[in-house]
Parts: sequence; structure tokens; C-alpha cells
Amino acid sequence: MTKEYKTITEISGPLIFVEKTEPVGYMELVEIRTGGELKRGQVLDSSDEIVVVQIFEGTGGLSKDSAVSFTGDVIKMPLSPGIVGRVLSGSGKPRDGGPEIVPDVLRDIAGAAINPASREKPRAFIQTGISTIDGTNTLVRGQKLPIFSGAGLPHNDLALQIARQAKALGEAESFAVIFCAMGITNEEAQHFLADFERTGALERAVVFLNLADDPAVERILTPRLGLTTAEYLAFDLDMHVLIIYTDMTNYCESLRQMGAAREEVPGRRGYPGYMYTDLACQYERAGIIRGKKGSITQFPILTMPGDDITHPIPDLSGYITEGQIIVSRELHRKGIYPPIDIRPSLSRLMNSGIGKGHTREDHRAVSDQLYAYYAEGNDLRGLAAIVGKEALSERDKLVLEFADKFEKRFVNQGRDEDRSIFETLQIGWDLLADLPEAMLTRIDDKYIKVYHPKYAASAAKK
Amino acid sequence: MEVGKISRVAGPLVQATGLKASMYDLVLVGEEGLMSEVIGISGNKHIIQVYEDTGGVRPGEPVKETGAPLVAQLGPGILTQIYDGIQRPLPMLAAASGDFISRGLFVDGIDHKKKWEFKPVVKKGDAVKPGQSIGEVQEQLLIKHKIMVPPNLKGGVIKEIYSGNFNVDETIAVLDDGTKLTMMHKWPVRRARPVTKKLAPTIPLRTGQRVIDGFFSLAKGGTAAIPGGFGTGKTVMQQTLSKWADVDIVVYVGCGERGNEMADLLHEFPELQDPRTGRPLMERSIVYANTSNMPVAAREASVYTGMTTSEYYRDMGYDVLMTADSTSRWAEAMREMGSRLEEMPGEEGYPAYLGARLADFYERAGRAEVLNGGQGSVSIVGAVSPPGGDFTEPVTQNTLRMVKVFWALDSKLTQRRHFPSINWLDSYSLYDLDLEPWFVQNVSPDWNKNKRRAMAILQENAELEEIVMLVGSDALPEDQQVTLEVARMIINFWLAQSAFHPVDTFSPYKKQFDLLASILKYRDYAFEAVQKGIPVAQITSVPSKDALAKVRLEAEYEPILAKVLAQMDTEFKALK
Repeated sequence: MTKEYKTITEISGPLIFVEKTEPVGYMELVEIRTGGELKRGQVLDSSDEIVVVQIFEGTGGLSKDSAVSFTGDVIKMPLSPGIVGRVLSGSGKPRDGGPEIVPDVLRDIAGAAINPASREKPRAFIQTGISTIDGTNTLVRGQKLPIFSGAGLPHNDLALQIARQAKALGEAESFAVIFCAMGITNEEAQHFLADFERTGALERAVVFLNLADDPAVERILTPRLGLTTAEYLAFDLDMHVLIIYTDMTNYCESLRQMGAAREEVPGRRGYPGYMYTDLACQYERAGIIRGKKGSITQFPILTMPGDDITHPIPDLSGYITEGQIIVSRELHRKGIYPPIDIRPSLSRLMNSGIGKGHTREDHRAVSDQLYAYYAEGNDLRGLAAIVGKEALSERDKLVLEFADKFEKRFVNQGRDEDRSIFETLQIGWDLLADLPEAMLTRIDDKYIKVYHPKYAASAAKK
Repeated sequence: MEVGKISRVAGPLVQATGLKASMYDLVLVGEEGLMSEVIGISGNKHIIQVYEDTGGVRPGEPVKETGAPLVAQLGPGILTQIYDGIQRPLPMLAAASGDFISRGLFVDGIDHKKKWEFKPVVKKGDAVKPGQSIGEVQEQLLIKHKIMVPPNLKGGVIKEIYSGNFNVDETIAVLDDGTKLTMMHKWPVRRARPVTKKLAPTIPLRTGQRVIDGFFSLAKGGTAAIPGGFGTGKTVMQQTLSKWADVDIVVYVGCGERGNEMADLLHEFPELQDPRTGRPLMERSIVYANTSNMPVAAREASVYTGMTTSEYYRDMGYDVLMTADSTSRWAEAMREMGSRLEEMPGEEGYPAYLGARLADFYERAGRAEVLNGGQGSVSIVGAVSPPGGDFTEPVTQNTLRMVKVFWALDSKLTQRRHFPSINWLDSYSLYDLDLEPWFVQNVSPDWNKNKRRAMAILQENAELEEIVMLVGSDALPEDQQVTLEVARMIINFWLAQSAFHPVDTFSPYKKQFDLLASILKYRDYAFEAVQKGIPVAQITSVPSKDALAKVRLEAEYEPILAKVLAQMDTEFKALK
């Protein structure tokens, strides 16, 4: 039995300061007993005389008489194959009324960095069934591709649809999904769980729920627990794991809150100076290891405060992740779902996952061409608003129409519509076919002769 | 060596008592012996930054001194290696701890068992100075590794010297004062290695890229910055430089980069071929890969480690190109450490000494007369990634104050598929005048004159394009229409260059000059024709103009170019 201390000297926000006599390790797990309730915390600062502990369940109810014991170990996640299908709290306790996880292994949740020399280059195409992702911002296994959204936009629906539909081309097995909710409302959580149950996805999912009224500090644990579980499923059990966490903005707010409580020197907009490294330590836990079957693909969701992409949270995320999917308020207002604006969206690993042997040889060219005319069409909208549609040249009118049709037919799709990559490319070709063939400057003639609707029928015969 | 005790642990910062270590000394923290560095001394407390994760480390655990600062191991066997930020070979770490990097591992920077054939170049009784070469090892097929008296020794007279096969720990020579020399020595990474004399940047670093050599040339030993926003073609640019720059050694420091991106680089770099020798490029390269989730203190150290190995090869008389990607991540590591130390922050939370540190780093570049005699150089290309693409932020601003060349990679150009995507209006090189004598002597007296003429045309073109946007090009006076056409030729025939075309990928100086001179010659003909009242449509449709476009794709271009120019002369004379 470890020693119990009743020597709390100060309680301040989520932190307690404890005097002690034995040496206590940095990041060690701490248990605090008060009136029959057990709270857990983690050591943030350990010196000879005093330790600073952050309490995950909040400091409410703690007093100077609360009993503090140090467990002598860092926080570890109990893991076993039975964890799949469970709903856990943001700190890893069962939330579905089921029993505690009986661990096969215990893993340090901090996670070590994957040796860059052991990484495999991600190149396997993932079909999400969403045209704006598969067609123009392709996701590959092992990638981390965040969704940058704003308050009130349907990013959760989008995430759910991806979780439901994501599959590797030509493989029957689907992804195991890990869902980490950080600070989302009870309503949103219900929505997620109901959908998981409706589609049977829960059978192959692990859900971590930290709701808006759960302690903010607990949120700092949630993604780490999720990722530790992901690593176990991917690299011990050979599963392909898709991890969705929402909302990273709440996570960063918690970091800031902790930083302020510890009276740290703040960085940009009050966020701690180490936020870049902290985020990197989460996002970088995506990837594939050479010689292992499994993989971890990440879909972090973050709402940009004030839709501002230069805000530190999206900005730092963008420098770590391999691209971003931007959810646009403008498209949402037009009633288009999913309202993904492809222009600022980007998948940095797209090239290694498309083309011959992955999707189809004309994929890159079609995507480039769609991008080019959608971007141009958008610019022309501005011009048309000033000088009137009639004043535009014939060519410009065509491009303008293209942009409208692109949004209605390519971007817009049903919440349950699961388009194959070939359907997506077909829609792309159909749209491009409305333009004169001479305008398809980004597409090689040999692809036009095969895939252009004008030739496709006769090419298929041959 | 003293053994101290940890008194406080908070993140990567540890305080310890009972030590005598000096600033920047390397110490081993805790039972696991985590690699760490002293970064502050206050009263009886030492403040230590740990290069590894500190979870579970407790007060009371020992801190062992090593008596030396963070050093790089310098000797044969560095080339072809892939290191982390503190010179631990990543494949060795994987062998020791598996796919995830665990803590407290100590791995030598170079193989201590491997035997190298040492050939002395001095003999018994010769006096040797610090930094002087005493022998050679064939490190790679094409790279001779010079074994030098470490610059921090005082030298002496050779008492014994052996030839044969040795590992890096075995004595290869003994000096008269009894000092034993081995093929390896250690050097503190934060200290610049001494040279006899720094030289002025008067020799260009040839890259074979017209936009770089012709417009914004980098000098050997010079410094350049590239903004690394996404979609700007930074990676292609770095690979092209590694392949074609006329340097002997390439050092790539991936500082705080993405793991998957490093994986890509580590897969692709070994497959790149040195176009001049046909050998793998890796044989003359060293890669440092410290991803963003590896410990922040090691990230901070990685640029110094990379720099020290660069200087080491410079000291052998080689030209070295060091690429640091990205210095913004490095600055961020400084900011993080600064905030942990509770320092008063400067602009945007960066430490007040940010400018000084960046300056120190870039000052270690340069061409120099090395201690061994002869010359060597370290050139730096540093990538900056300004948050939100905002160039007014402190890291970019401080970097631009230090570097002499700025290659403004432009995503608009990549979208238009114009490569290399260096914007010709925003980029600059301050080596212009320093390098002029070299070009005058070695290429043509008109090198800079033509460059300035071409740049003036592009500048005018940019202004004219704004007018064209409003009124259309037909409304311009005829001479301005010709200017637009000439600018288009400079951009498409000369600035654009295909990295994938076997001939066009590398353009020698003479060819660069001749091509540009020919375009300017067209301009002179065209202006003359305009004076005579010949319609612009006729001037711009002379067939020789299009023939000129193809000349850059020819290896033996000179006879072809002469023919095109003769044709041009005839055609313009025939215009009425």
C-alpha cells in the first residue's frame, strides 16, 4: 500500500499542490480520495518538496483533508481485443454500463515517436464515397487529414459519413473506427452514438466520450487514450484504424486553461508555447510501420474560431497534418452537402495514392482540370456580379456555368450516398464534357480518347 | 565527474543540485541516463534540458556529468547516414528499440568497429599543425575522407604514424608530446569550427537552373532562404539543388518535419542518382531527420549537429550544401524552451535572442581558407514556413535580415505549372556585384548587363499586364506590345525549365547566357522593326522566334542557335 498524504497546500483551478516526502515521478498517475470519491490526476511538476498535480475530474469537492497517493507509475491504458465495441469516458472508464477492461497489456499513453526510418510511405487509396475527397483531395492509408470547419457547419455528419463509408479499394475488410469526443454536447454525442448503432458501426468502434460538461482537464487525456488504443489495434492486432477526434479546438482550449492555471508564459493568443509540439505528438501518431499490416489514419475535426484559418489552432495543425479539408459556410448556405470547398482544401499525399494501380490513370488530370475551371468559375462570379453575366465572353459563360454545375452535381451528394471512385470520375467527366474539347488543356489526349463521354462508348467496345 | 541529484522535473526541463558542469555541458539524467544539456545555472541549481521524454523521472534520481558539451562524432562513416537530431543513426535506434524510439539509448554517431584503410600523407618527423591532414581514408568510392589533427589540439611533431586498416578508436599516429591521434574526434556542436580566414563570396554556386544562376545566384558559402508554404514546389526544388549544385557533400536537416514526409524522403533520397557520376546521391549525403513529435530539445540541437558535420567536410576542402527544413520549426523549439524557462518573451512569444541565434547559425556558413590549406565552403539553404503565410512574422523577418538570397517560391506559378516556381519579381540576390567579376572573367562581360535588361523587361511587363487586364493588349502602343512578347519569351523559353527533360534539367552558364542574349537580340530586331513601321503581328510571327524556343532542349546547341540567329537576321531584313 502506497503512502497517503493529507498535505495539500493549495488548490487552484484544476491544480493541486501537495507536499510530500517520497520522490514522485513527472507525469505519474495520482489518486485522490475525498469522501468516498476517487479522483485521478497527473503530476505536472515535481520537485523535492512539492508536486503540482492536475486533476482530471476537476477539483470540486477536494479539500486540504483529501488523501493523495502516488501510484509510482505513469498513466497506462488497459488494452485487450475486447475493447472494440465499447463506449468509454474521456478518461477511459466504461460509460456503457459494461465491466472494466481486463487488460492483456498496459500501454503508456504518452506514446513514443515512430522512428522515421521504420515508417512505410503511405500510398494505399481509401475510398470515402465522397466525391470532393476521393476525386480531388484523395485520402490515403496512414494519412492525417483534418477537417477545418466552423461553428454550425455539418462537420459531424461528414465525419460520420466517412466513418461509415471508408474502405480500401478491392478489400472487403472495413476500418476499425476510434471516435474521441472532446467537449462536444450531449446532443451531438447522442447523434454520433445513434448513428453508430443504426449502421452497426459500433461493433467495430471504440468510443471515448468527454462531453461539454465533463472536466476540461480530462480532455487532455482523451486523444492520448484514443491513439494508444489505435496503436494497439493497428500494430498489435493488424487492423486498419480510422480515428476521428472532435473537436480539437476544445482540446487546445484545455491546454490553454492548464497553461494559465500553471501561470506559464503564454504564446500566441494565450495558447502555450509548446502547443505545436503537443499537437505534433498527437497527429504524428498516424502512419504505417514497415513490416506491419495495420495502419492509423486520422481525421481530426476542428472548428476555426471566427472561421479564421490563421488562428493558432488551424495554423499549427496545418503545419503538422498532411493537408486539410475545408468546410465552407458559403456552400452550406447554398444548401450543398457536404459543403467542402475544394479550392483551399488539399491532400498532400494524394499523388502517391492515385493513378494507375491505385485508382485510375486519368485521375490526376481530371482532378486538375476540375480544379482549374472551378477556381476560374469562382473568380468569374465576382466579375459577373459587377458587369453582368451578359457582358462575359462565351467561354467565360461556359466556365461560370461549369462552376455552378460542379457544386450541384460533383460536390453535392446525399448523406448516405456512397459513390465509388469510378462514379466520382464519371461525374467529373460528364461535367467536363459540357465544355468544348479544346478547353480540356490539362488532360492528355490519350485519356480524352478513352474516358471522354464522347469517345467512351466506342473506346469501351474496342 | 560529479554526480548530482534531480530536485525538480517539469516537462523537458529538469533542475539538479550538486553539479559542477559548465553551460551547455552534456549530462545524463535519471536512472535511465537520458541525454540532456545544461542550459542555465542559478545558485547551486543547474537547469537542464532533456533530449528525451521525461515521463516518470523523479526528484532524487542521479544526474551524471560527462565533462563535455553536446558533441558530434567526426570521422569516416558519416556519409550515407540517417541521423536523429543528436547524431544517433535512426536504423541503429530501430535495431536497438524497435519501431518506436525508446528512451535512454546511447548509440554512436559512427561505426566504431568498422575498419578503414588509412593512408598517411605525412611521415615521422614532420611537424603538423591543428587542422592539418595527416592521412586519408577512401570513405566512399568518390569521396576521400581526410583525417585531420583535431583543431582543438595544438599539433606537434609526428613521432609515430602507421598505415593499414584501423577502426576509428585505434591509434594511427602519436605526436612528440605523447598525444595519440585516432581517425575520430569529437567537436561541440554549438561551437563553430575554426578556419584560417573567411573568404569573400566571389565564386557562384552553379546549379544549372537558369532562374537561379542567371537571375538570383547563390555564392559558394552563401546563404539563401526559401519560403516553404505548401504547394510551392519546395521538395522538387530541394531535390534539384541536391542533384545539380556543384558541391561535394549534401547535408539535409529535416527539423520538425512530418513523419510521413520524412519517410518519403528516406525512401526516395537513396534512389536519387548523382547525374554527374551515376553513383547514388546518398554516397555524398548526410540526412538528419527529427520529426515534430520527437523531443523538442533534440530538434533545437539538430541544426547545430548538421552544421558541425557540414563544417567538418568543409575543413577537408570540400564544398558543402546544407539544407535546413525548416528553420521556423527550429525557432519554435527555441520559443518552447524559452517559455519553459519562463524567460520574458519577445515578439509573438519568441525569445528575445531569436535574431542573435539565427545570426549565429547563418554566420557559420561561408567560404574559407581551411586550416589544412586549400579552400572549402558551407552554403545554407534554409526553408522558412511563416504561419498563415505571413512574411512579417519574426522568424521570416530575422532570417531575411541575415540571408543574402531569397527565392520566393510561388504557389501561383506551380498552379500554372511553371517550374522552377521562383517568382522573378519578388526574389533577390545580394551577391550580384560580388559575383560579377567571376562571370565577366569566365562567361561574358555582358552577364550582369543582360540580366538587368531582362529584369527590367519583366518589371515593365508586370506593369503593362495590369493595363492589359483593363483594356486588352490591342489597345497598347506597338512597342509595348513587343515588350509583352519579349517578356513572354523570357518567361517561357528561359525562366521555365523542365527538371524531367534530360538536357533542359541542367543548363551550363554559357548556354544560359547565349539563350538570354538571343532573346534580347530578338528584342532589338523587333524594336528596330517597330521604328520602321512594321506591324506587330508580323514581328511576333517570325518563324525563327519559335525555333528559338527549342534550342534549350539541345545538348549541342551552339550550331543550332547560330542557325536560328542567322535565320532571324534574314527574316527581319525581309519584313516590310
